[in-house]
Amino acid sequence: MKLAVPYAFPKSRGAHLAFALLAVYVVYAAAQMGVSWERVGAGIDHGSRFLGRMFPPNFTRSELLWKGLAESMQIAVLASALGIVLALPFGLLGARNLMPAWISWPARLVVVLARSFHPVVVAIVFVKAVGFGALAGILALTVASIGFIGKLFTEAIEEVSIKQVEAIRATGAPFASVLAFGVLPQVFARFIGFATYQLDSNLRNSTMVGIVGAGGIGGTLFAAFQRFDYDFVSAILISLIALIMAGELFATAVRRIFIDNATLSELFRPGTRAASAPRLEDD
Amino acid sequence: MTDALTIRSLSKEYVAGKPVLQGIDVTVAATGITTIIGPSGTGKSTLIRCINQLVEPTAGQILFEGRDLARVRGVELRHARRQIGMVFQEYNLVERLTVMENLLCGRLGYVSPMRAWRRKFPPEDIARAQSLLATVGLAGFANQRADALSGGQRQRVGIARAVMQQPRLLLADEPTSSLDPKTSVEIMQLLADVARSHRIPVLINMHDVALARRFADRILGMSGGRIVFDGAPDRLSDEILRQIYGGEDWLH
Repeated sequence: MKLAVPYAFPKSRGAHLAFALLAVYVVYAAAQMGVSWERVGAGIDHGSRFLGRMFPPNFTRSELLWKGLAESMQIAVLASALGIVLALPFGLLGARNLMPAWISWPARLVVVLARSFHPVVVAIVFVKAVGFGALAGILALTVASIGFIGKLFTEAIEEVSIKQVEAIRATGAPFASVLAFGVLPQVFARFIGFATYQLDSNLRNSTMVGIVGAGGIGGTLFAAFQRFDYDFVSAILISLIALIMAGELFATAVRRIFIDNATLSELFRPGTRAASAPRLEDD
Repeated sequence: MTDALTIRSLSKEYVAGKPVLQGIDVTVAATGITTIIGPSGTGKSTLIRCINQLVEPTAGQILFEGRDLARVRGVELRHARRQIGMVFQEYNLVERLTVMENLLCGRLGYVSPMRAWRRKFPPEDIARAQSLLATVGLAGFANQRADALSGGQRQRVGIARAVMQQPRLLLADEPTSSLDPKTSVEIMQLLADVARSHRIPVLINMHDVALARRFADRILGMSGGRIVFDGAPDRLSDEILRQIYGGEDWLH
C-alpha cells in the first residue's frame, strides 16, 4: 500500500511554469535587444572614459550652480507648501467614512487626476501653458503633491478608529470640533510623515523639471551634459546629493519637533536622536 | 418622582424585516441606577445607542427634556447630545490626546469650533476638569497621554469626560466588560457616586448579573429584543434569569 505524503502547502505547478517562462523570456529579450558580452564590454569602456572626464569636479562656475540650486529649493518648498494646503481639503473630502458619496467621489477624482501623470509630463504641460521658468515648475510639483498627499491623507483618515470619533460625536460636538479632537489627533503624526516625505520628493523632482524648461538646476545640468562639461556635471551632482541630504536632516528635525515634541536644544544634542530614529511616521 | 426618560414602542431594524428591538416601552426615573442585563445580541447596546442616536431608531419615541430623541436632527440633535453623557466599553478615549484634552472633549458641545481648534477652553472648564480628575483619583495625570493609562484609569477618564458635559442623563455601554473584577467594582462605585452627587439617572448595560444586582436600583432584563423583566434587584430570581438567558447550567 502506498502512503500519501502529507504536505502543508498546496503544490503549484502553475508557479513553477511561470518562473520557467520568465527565465526563457529574459534570455530571449537579451538576445533580441542585442545585449551581448561585447556590447557590455564596450559600455564599460565608454563608462570609464566618462567617469574619468567627470573628475575632478569643476566648481568654478559656482554662481550659476548656486543660483540653480536656490531656484530648485524654492520650487520644492513653494510647491510643497501649496500642495499640502490644497491636498488637505481634498484628502478630507475624499474620506468615505466621514463624507457622503456625492462629495467623496469628486474629491477622489481630483486627487486621481493629479496623480495620473509623471511630474515631468505635467511640467511640460505647464511650460506650454504659462511659459518657461520656475512658475511652471512650482505648478507641476504642486499638482504632484496634491495627488500624493491627498491620496495618503484620505487613506489615513479612512483608517482612524471610529470609536474615538463616535465618543466625540456623542458629546454633541459640532462637526469641525469632531475633526479637531476626534480625527486629527489620530492622523497628525502620519500626516507630518507624508508632508516631509513629499518635500523630499519635491526636492528631487525640482531638479528634474528644469530639463523641460520649468526652472531650477535641471536646466543647467542638462545644458552641461549637452556641452560635454562633465566636470561641471559632477559638481552639480555632488551639490544635489548635499541638497537632498540637507533636506533629509530638515525632515527628521520637523518630525522630531511635531511628533516627539522635541525642543530646539534637544535637536542639536546628538545623543537624543538615536532614540527616535527607527520611528518613521507612526508609533 | 418624575420620569426623566420615556421610551415608547421603540424598534430598530438594521436589516429590514429583522428587528433587533421589538417595541420597547420603558420609563426611567429622574434619579437612580438602572441596569440592563440580557444575553449578547439581544439589543442592549442598540437600545442605549438609540437614546443618543449613535444608532438611528426605526420607529418609536424617546422623550427626554421635551424632545423626541428619535426624531431630532442637526443642531437640535447636538443640543440633545450635550445633555447626555456616555461611557463606552472600550473607553473610546482619543488615544493621542492628553487626559486633560480628553476631559475637555466633554465641553466641545459648548465651545465654538474656532475656539476648539485653537484649544481655547473657558478657564472654568479647565478648573472643573482639574477638580474632576482629583475626584476620580487621577490627580496629576492631566498631561499624560491617554494611551499611557491602564484600563481602569482610562475608564475613569471616560467617566470624567462624560461628567464634564454636566449631563442630565448618563449612559454606560458595558462599562466594566473590559476590566478585571476589582476594577469593575471601583468603576461601578464611581458611576453610583456620579448618579448620587449629580442627581441624574444612569442607564447601564452589563453582563455581570452579580454586579448589576449589587449596584442597581432597578434591573431591566432583555431577551430577543424585548424587555422581559423590570423590577428591583431582589425580585430577580433564578427562574427569571433562566427566562432571560435560557438554560440553567451557568447559574450554579
